[in-house]
Amino acid sequence: MLGRTANGLFWMFRYLERAENTARLLDAALRMALTRDLATAEAEWRSVIATLGLQRAYEAAHEGYDGLQVWNFVLRGSGNPGNVRAMFGAVRSNARMARTNISSDVWEAVNENWMQIDRLLARPVGQGMVGEVLGAIRRAGTQVHGAFDGSILRDEGYHFARAGTFIERADSTARIVDMKYFLLLPSLSYVGSSLDTGQWEQVLRSVAGARVYSWLNAGQIEARGIVEFVVLDDRFPRSLAFCRNALRGCLDALASTHGTDGRGVALMREFDTRIGHLSVDQIFEAGLHEFLIDFLARNAAIAQAIAEDYRFHA
Amino acid sequence: MWGSMSAGQGSFDEMFDSAGNTRPAYAEYCRWYNEQPPEFLRRKNREADDTFRRTGITFNVYGEDQAEERLIPFDMVPRIITAPEWRKLSRGIEQRVRALNSFLYDLYHRQEIVRAGRLPERLLRGNEAWLANMVGFTPPGGIYTHIVGIDLVRTGPDEFFVLEDNARTPSGVSYMLENRETMMGMFPDLFSRVAVESVSNYPRRLARSLAACVPPAFTGGKPTVAVLTPGIFNSAYFEHAFLADQMGAELVEGSDLRVVEGRVQMRTTRGFKPIDVLYRRVDDEFLDPLTFNPDSVLGVPGIMDVYRAGGITIANAPGTGVADDKAIYSFMPEIVEFYTGEKPLLPNVQTWRCADKDSLGYVLDNLAELVVKEVHGSGGYGMLIGPTSSKREIEAFRAKLAARPENYIAQPTLALSTCPIYTAKGLAPRHLDLRPFVLVSPDGIDITPGGLTRVALKKGSLVVNSSQGGGTKDTWVLKD
Repeated sequence: MLGRTANGLFWMFRYLERAENTARLLDAALRMALTRDLATAEAEWRSVIATLGLQRAYEAAHEGYDGLQVWNFVLRGSGNPGNVRAMFGAVRSNARMARTNISSDVWEAVNENWMQIDRLLARPVGQGMVGEVLGAIRRAGTQVHGAFDGSILRDEGYHFARAGTFIERADSTARIVDMKYFLLLPSLSYVGSSLDTGQWEQVLRSVAGARVYSWLNAGQIEARGIVEFVVLDDRFPRSLAFCRNALRGCLDALASTHGTDGRGVALMREFDTRIGHLSVDQIFEAGLHEFLIDFLARNAAIAQAIAEDYRFHA
Repeated sequence: MWGSMSAGQGSFDEMFDSAGNTRPAYAEYCRWYNEQPPEFLRRKNREADDTFRRTGITFNVYGEDQAEERLIPFDMVPRIITAPEWRKLSRGIEQRVRALNSFLYDLYHRQEIVRAGRLPERLLRGNEAWLANMVGFTPPGGIYTHIVGIDLVRTGPDEFFVLEDNARTPSGVSYMLENRETMMGMFPDLFSRVAVESVSNYPRRLARSLAACVPPAFTGGKPTVAVLTPGIFNSAYFEHAFLADQMGAELVEGSDLRVVEGRVQMRTTRGFKPIDVLYRRVDDEFLDPLTFNPDSVLGVPGIMDVYRAGGITIANAPGTGVADDKAIYSFMPEIVEFYTGEKPLLPNVQTWRCADKDSLGYVLDNLAELVVKEVHGSGGYGMLIGPTSSKREIEAFRAKLAARPENYIAQPTLALSTCPIYTAKGLAPRHLDLRPFVLVSPDGIDITPGGLTRVALKKGSLVVNSSQGGGTKDTWVLKD
């Protein structure tokens, strides 16, 4: 496979994942804003912008954190070149670039969803439409993944696509948890402060884990359990542990089809020995924020190593 | 339902005779059509558009926003050619393509045709597509034009003419294939009633044809074939990806390629891998920045040296564009006769070369009746269609023509044949042409039955180019 095609597959799935995660984040914030007072709502929208790293761009374009304004900025804002509409454009152009290495089913799923979402986001998204738009974005991800799983040869292309998915997903989950880490610090939960379970639930909802978590924990919402679930539970597909295991699988498969361990495999090994074995208590002890920052850096370094190992760029 | 049908302005209509009777080729199709409820046809017509959009069969329009992608309108009424008609056409096409290859070989070698006084030398010297560094070099297998598109027009029951030869990089074959797929998907019962020659194995034939032209450096095993595209913003990117996908070839861009150890190699995830045959969809001038346009980022620095040293096959060979020149076209009857020793089976359209004084005089006196074209032009740009132009346009063109007569040729305005298209008000005749696709390899010449039918969608219009609002039809060659 061409290095450029591998790059196309990798980024096609990164952008697809990013769009889906962004939709989930907005969905969770929307729900929070609808059920809380104005100040909480504003804080929530502010944290969405902060989680996405868009403070500067947003504040250059707008004053105040009003929901309508925030989701339009995130979804389609002209002052935000990385908006969701542009993400779908990038999904599609990467899919076109890798067209000879994806099936017609995958291509058509990408193209049809792009047509629909591009049309939905061509105009400002009002209160009445936002739910539908976010739903369409999530479904796009599901449809492309479904077509992909059902029709793609399990060779290197498959692993590049999955590597992109799990690197992006881990990045997103880590950022969401980091943005709320102060809510999840055990000291606060021991104090039994005014921070309510609704805020914690919010973290779970942003990573689509609220239902599963409460099913596993019989409705008990507490900070330590949430961190353990979102960071360490390798049964939950959006947890850091799950993403890391899946990524390790991709790296090993790529190494075996190519007959050589890349730098990515070495970085993953280092990752495993340094922070892979930590328990939730050890993580809290050393600092959740510090742990997440370290995680994000290692995740990004592995992405970079894959691009170099497999000649994504000339 | 057919009562209101009549062919426009004395043109030959391929579906109906002048009395309004269905011609035999269309008999079964028309029976089928008349059995379909009008609402069904309306719905299918809308569906066709959606199908093309969904599958992304689009082309980008030059000069417009990069994101701008358009559909080439598809008309769901097929264009039908009988088996005897096709046999005759394909004999003529084969003869012409054989002559084209011999001609190109001769031009870049001894130029016997010039020595024999059958072709003026100035036509070569003045030809922008002429490549001095192809002189004396013989491409692998002796093949110059691996893929040719011959544009044909029809004016009567037995009157077919060649309007243009596309020896450089003919496009449109993906539409031929997708049009058929779409028709079979929409109207499966139609294909059980009418026996139509299949076109779907074109990509396999293309792959085989290209693989038969390996360069001397080929080391055995399965030849590595790649399609070179300018990239996703090129107007024909869909076609490039489509063909690579269907052939099982890599789709490469200039940035993927590099000359390594005397071979053109592509950057794969496992390192550089040599390419044996490169089906390039990049024009000559962008192919090698070391040899041609130094600013080109679409090509591969050094590819021409590798080519000349036998390290790669380039299809079509650089320098074949010489034959697309319309001044050369006017000599095709002589060219066919010179190299095949036979009379041409397919006639040219009568052509006046404005470089000749007498012809120029005639053309200037009759501008309002003629079609005048630039010798290097393509895509329907830079031409004058006398009968549909205003006095002012004609006078403006007269000035251009007088300033550089050698840059133009003129042809009579042909009464192009028509075939009905589906419209909201029923069937309506529109003018059309036909581009059959021809594959050339050392094993022989292979013509896919049918080709791409382009149709003017505006009533009375003679311009069928997609860049100017033309559409396409599925083209059927009937089985015997």
